[in-house]
Amino acid sequence: MDHDLIVIGGGPGGYVAAIRAAQLGMKTALVERAELGGVCLNWGCIPTKALLRSAEVLHLAQNAQAFGVNVQGASHDLPKMVRRSRDISAQLAGGIKHLLQKHKVEVRAGEAVLTGQGGVTVDGKAMPRAKNIILATGARARTLPGLEPDGKRIWTAQEAMTPKALPKSLLVVGAGAIGIEFASFYNALGAKVTVVELADRILPAEDAEISVLAEKAFISKGINIFTKTKVEKLGKVTATLSNGQEVDAEKVLLAVGIVGNTDGIGLEKTQAKVGKGHIVTGPLGETGEPGLWAIGDVAGPPWLAHKASHEGVACAEAIAGLHPHPVDPLRIPGCTYASPQVASVGLSEQAAKDRGKSLKIGRFPFLANGKALAMGEAEGLVKTIFDAETGELLGAHMIGAEATEMIQGFAVAMGLETTEEDLMRTIFPHPTLSEMMHESVLAAYGRAIHT
Amino acid sequence: MTTPITMPALSPTMTEGTLARWLFEEGAAVAPGDVIAEIETDKATMEVEAVDEGVLAKILVPGGTQGVAVGTVIAVLAEEGEDVSDIQVPVADAQKEAADAAQTPKAQVAQGGGAPAGSGAQGTGPRIPASPLARRIAGQKGLDIAQIAGTGPHGRVVKRDVEGAVAAPFAAAEVQHGTTTIPLTPMRRIIAQRLTESKATTPHFYLEAACTLDALLAARAALNAAAGGAYKISVNDFLVKAVAAALMAVPAAHVAWGEDALTQFHSADIAVAVATPGGLITPIVRAAQTKGLAAIAQEVQALAARARAGSLKAQEYQGGSFTLSNLGMYGVERFSAIINPPQALILAVGAGEPRVVAVDGAPAVRTVMSVTLSADHRAVDGAVAAQWLSAFKRFVENPVEMLA
Repeated sequence: MDHDLIVIGGGPGGYVAAIRAAQLGMKTALVERAELGGVCLNWGCIPTKALLRSAEVLHLAQNAQAFGVNVQGASHDLPKMVRRSRDISAQLAGGIKHLLQKHKVEVRAGEAVLTGQGGVTVDGKAMPRAKNIILATGARARTLPGLEPDGKRIWTAQEAMTPKALPKSLLVVGAGAIGIEFASFYNALGAKVTVVELADRILPAEDAEISVLAEKAFISKGINIFTKTKVEKLGKVTATLSNGQEVDAEKVLLAVGIVGNTDGIGLEKTQAKVGKGHIVTGPLGETGEPGLWAIGDVAGPPWLAHKASHEGVACAEAIAGLHPHPVDPLRIPGCTYASPQVASVGLSEQAAKDRGKSLKIGRFPFLANGKALAMGEAEGLVKTIFDAETGELLGAHMIGAEATEMIQGFAVAMGLETTEEDLMRTIFPHPTLSEMMHESVLAAYGRAIHT
Repeated sequence: MTTPITMPALSPTMTEGTLARWLFEEGAAVAPGDVIAEIETDKATMEVEAVDEGVLAKILVPGGTQGVAVGTVIAVLAEEGEDVSDIQVPVADAQKEAADAAQTPKAQVAQGGGAPAGSGAQGTGPRIPASPLARRIAGQKGLDIAQIAGTGPHGRVVKRDVEGAVAAPFAAAEVQHGTTTIPLTPMRRIIAQRLTESKATTPHFYLEAACTLDALLAARAALNAAAGGAYKISVNDFLVKAVAAALMAVPAAHVAWGEDALTQFHSADIAVAVATPGGLITPIVRAAQTKGLAAIAQEVQALAARARAGSLKAQEYQGGSFTLSNLGMYGVERFSAIINPPQALILAVGAGEPRVVAVDGAPAVRTVMSVTLSADHRAVDGAVAAQWLSAFKRFVENPVEMLA
């Protein structure tokens, strides 16, 4: 045995698992076929946040007048925005390489394939066997028949974050976090953006009330939104929708979810099972094959980097013989970094009702918060959902500026199992947006001060 | 140079166990091979041996502590002559350490002890780490948070612990109203969990038959007389053999249910229920169809003795294709047993007793034994179970057929 652990995939699941394993004294190797940091760091979370920041700066510059600042001729330089985002990804990927080296994780470049009984080849060459293998191979964009990405007209997120030029129009298929973020970005730059979603609302994973507010906000910013709608046919620069509408579609972005990278990695040589496009796993990433584990996107939704990282830590600790608690799906925050931002953790109002709970629900609008007005961000809502019987915080949902930075407060509260009382007693600094979190809790019990 | 002694894993699936007792006191010299502690798991009691020579410098987990995670440092061994007064407690895993620290005072409270002595708590009384939500739910349910074992970080009592205590109110009961709270052993927990699951999820059906034992008793007397004390075959040994013969005769009944497929057994591995002071356990006579009565008799005796001593190895009670449970020696006329999953069949055997039966149309007295077969209907249909029971009855009533 040359290694205690081989991690396949260097994304936020794999590299975190490798570092945690190394911390626990395991001799660890990591195999990555493309860039360290995976999709998240190179083709997902990070570069899109860089682009969205550029869009935000552009928006501020274009609206500087409202703040008493004169800015003449603010306009975008798309190639420079893209270059900036690529530079940030490259910088971070280098950082991951350094972190792995620091923890003495052996990094191998190449395509890893399982050969059964703990065997792994990299680009066809056998690696020494390891006692344990973690699969963290991630996922790729799901495609729809008739809308197969070609990298030119029909984009996946990867093409959408490296455009050569700004398209006049963009048709976004799918109104989940990825679709909505790109819709927000291209709309801010002046493209004519249409979003088509099969479900009855955008951001279908969010609380329905938040979806409605988000839809209103995006429409008011000029984005065309069609729910309960499909793309029927693509014309040369247009598309016909299932509702008969014809919309401009110079480019089409496919954002209808992702499927796990389960093919071509030798799973058929193991007892691991694949179901619904991902590897079926136990609470700590166990597969049907002893010594083979799977984490992150390849192990199923929610497809979030922080979920993958946490699973990686829990899995490495389980391999080390510790007894970690599995990742609780109800305590994984979800964020959409559009303008306005959307963030949530825990149960939606409907899901909480479906569990037969009697609820106390608090709402506090950005419009009533001093810092929000000072920032010129008067649009948004903080909503909290409590179990009326026990005071347990069941869910928190936000839309508006910095929602994605604030949600962790509720995640911590849930993790510590606070009740409404503890949250009411917590002193939130003034003036901040976070005061709305406090007020929302107070509102759930009819005690809000500022509404 | 000190060496940590960690909680051993006695089987591949063991995650925690009870540290039953220490056989050496702090400061005692130990040699390699000395049994220094006893560990109780769900099914067996095992011994922890010293690997190195030295002095048992510090006991970190006292005897009687339940739920000690595998890998937890339970004691520290120092070299002889080494100053152990200011020993550094090695922290192999801070999380487990903390969990143990939290377990220790709980175990004492459960035993009615008042003093919060031991690891962790010092001063006026034990601090009970608990989440606000856990405290509130405990208050609403009238539970004392101090009586609930915490599973959160650093042994903190969290919501799921309180909900668990609500589900098992007796675990939190005080010693009052003339009752005593007996902490659950791992074995009792496993019995409770497995049989509850079986009874709740396995569609049981029951078939009864009465077997005339006179021919079997005559054969037994003849064999034992011929053995001249070399072995002693019991009625139950005949039944083990008859069960094996019937399983070979009716292989359709020799199966186990699985979610995707049935398992067809080819070897009659007969689990024999044995009552022990700690609870029920079922050691297995492997490939009983290949063994003679004398071999079965010796094997059952040896397994039962080790079962009562709590020294069975995991592979001696895990697996098995059929379970035989005999309460005849207690005078039980007949009973029905709960299936031992994933097996599909269990035979409950009552006492052999003289009964008046019709023989060729006339009343006669015969020694008759009632047996009840519990079958998993997912795996075995009624007619197949009936064929099996009929074959079993034939072998019991005509034991010479087992020789064929």
